[in-house]
Amino acid sequence: MKKILSGLFAAALGCLTVPAFAAGDAVKLPSYDWSFEGVFGTYDKASMQRGLQVYKDVCAGCHSLDLVAMRNLLDLGYSADEVKAFAADYTVEDGPNGEGEMFERAGKPSDYFPNPFPNEQAAAASNSGKAPPDLSLMAKARVGGPTYIRALLTGYEDTPEGLDIEDGMYNKYFPGHQIAMASPLYEEAVEYSDGTPATIDQMAADVSHFLMWAAEPKLEARKSTGIKVMIFLIIFTLVMYAAKRKVFAKVH
Amino acid sequence: MSFKSNNKVVQWVEDRLPVISVMHHAIYDYPMPKNLNYLWNFGSLAGFALVTMIATGIFLAMQYTPHVDMAFNSVERIMRDVNSGWLIRYIHMNMASFFFIAVYIHMFRGLYYGSYKAPRELLWQLGVVIFLLMMATAFMGYVLPWGQMSFWGATVITNLFSAFPIVGESIVSWLWGGFSVDNPTLNRFFALHYLLPFIIVAVVALHLVALHTVGSNNPLGIDSKGPQDSLVMQPYYTIKDLFGIGVFLLAFSVFLFWAPNYMGHPDNYIPANPLSTPAHIVPEWYFLPFYAILRAIPDKLGGVLAMFGAIAVLFVLPWLDRSSIRSCKFRPVARIFFWIFVINGLALGYLGGQPAEGIFVIASRIATAYYFFHFLVMLPVILPMIERPRELPSSIHEAVTKS
Repeated sequence: MKKILSGLFAAALGCLTVPAFAAGDAVKLPSYDWSFEGVFGTYDKASMQRGLQVYKDVCAGCHSLDLVAMRNLLDLGYSADEVKAFAADYTVEDGPNGEGEMFERAGKPSDYFPNPFPNEQAAAASNSGKAPPDLSLMAKARVGGPTYIRALLTGYEDTPEGLDIEDGMYNKYFPGHQIAMASPLYEEAVEYSDGTPATIDQMAADVSHFLMWAAEPKLEARKSTGIKVMIFLIIFTLVMYAAKRKVFAKVH
Repeated sequence: MSFKSNNKVVQWVEDRLPVISVMHHAIYDYPMPKNLNYLWNFGSLAGFALVTMIATGIFLAMQYTPHVDMAFNSVERIMRDVNSGWLIRYIHMNMASFFFIAVYIHMFRGLYYGSYKAPRELLWQLGVVIFLLMMATAFMGYVLPWGQMSFWGATVITNLFSAFPIVGESIVSWLWGGFSVDNPTLNRFFALHYLLPFIIVAVVALHLVALHTVGSNNPLGIDSKGPQDSLVMQPYYTIKDLFGIGVFLLAFSVFLFWAPNYMGHPDNYIPANPLSTPAHIVPEWYFLPFYAILRAIPDKLGGVLAMFGAIAVLFVLPWLDRSSIRSCKFRPVARIFFWIFVINGLALGYLGGQPAEGIFVIASRIATAYYFFHFLVMLPVILPMIERPRELPSSIHEAVTKS
């Protein structure tokens, strides 16, 4: 019986590992330490704030962030006033007003990050035919998630001999290596307001951290709920096990 | 029915509608074999998973929008803005997998202990019907978030029906409600995804009626001969089932809270795009063995027939296995081939997740052939010739007290 149970358990686990194999042809990613990994993982607010700066100053020129609203930035440790001020830096088209006219106004915390292009065709047209993807879910939509993003941003190399890829468009970690985005980061591309030196590696780490939050904003709530649920379930299961042993003790 | 109550209200209802006595016999003094092991927990676990799916699904339906332009973002709204929406959605997503885990273990337990044999043939067949309905429900549910895998999975699977001669193309456009997977497809899949679970509940009710008519099988596979062989449901098996649910939820919670997307596919976080095909279109893990069978056959119609045949063969299994001994405990040869069958099934699952090329194609063909060989040749022809079953104990009680 025990053998059968453990056999079937192994069988189930075996099935579970299959999707990992299905991922296929990606290059092996480096391993990084992320504060949000692990049982008690939480986001690093300072890193996310720096990451927001990288997104705003570098990525946002081409990439939208459709699913994130300014009000969500409260999660990054900003005060309500800071978020208001941040949102007010943007100009948003609103309307129609009473006269039926569209008008422009300062951004509010309830606004979403504006799209750099009016539509996908315009985005494709300004980027040699390939529209830059939305970044809201990027950290969940690629194998490796934030690790993949960070590796990709630092993975630009000279094209190896014999490959027909334009210089600057070879990326070690991009599937197929020919990437349509030239390296977006260069040393000191942003000036961090907390004084952290803006190396390429630092910016890649920060913006990946920020994008992980953008994709999975409830991660901290999820893990802390999980701890409480596990404590309850362990006690519940032990009590049930004791009760089961007691009830069955009289049998035979 | 011998049910009598001292409570006047209960007795008044009982005299007019015997619902209380029926419940009492079903979940209170229902006799079960006293020697059931933990593999018998998985039926109630599957029931628990079904209820969880329906409960979370109803709340998701209140927030979800079945429209090609809004479905993806409505799911993200659930994840971001709906109170506890992330929890409800992740429970629904992961419990779908755990539902299949419970049902697969439940089925393999039935295979090992011969739970499909007389008088439990209809009980088993109703289970196969539930399994089919589950697969249809899961497939349509996976389409609803309208990610890349949703869209392309729906395209690949619905296209299978085009393999049927003459009527194939008409069936496909009838399924789609148009000329490609589009808004009408999403709408009907949502309607059916909401409907089918309740049909599953109805078939589960029949499954339970059949179960309570013939009684549970047990690890020895011999019939109960009287009260000394059995225990009543309450408190023995209610407490054992609750313990099982605790362990099940512990395992489930590890995925739910720490790896909620582990069993999913990253591509489904990319909105559906009919103009861009993903590099590999892979179904959810629980379909992979059947997907491998589908792709193993070089002919499209043949592949579709083999895939459906793989389930149809389960339907007639009670008449394919001719041994009168139920439990593999007393079938030394069948037991070995049971484990080979399990390994073969796992191999099919692995192969279903691999690209259809090179060695994987050959391996898929061998594993597919073995799948059918097991049911169509091994069980009905070879085993009866070579197997000498061991002697059965005379009663459950005797076997239990001896050990």
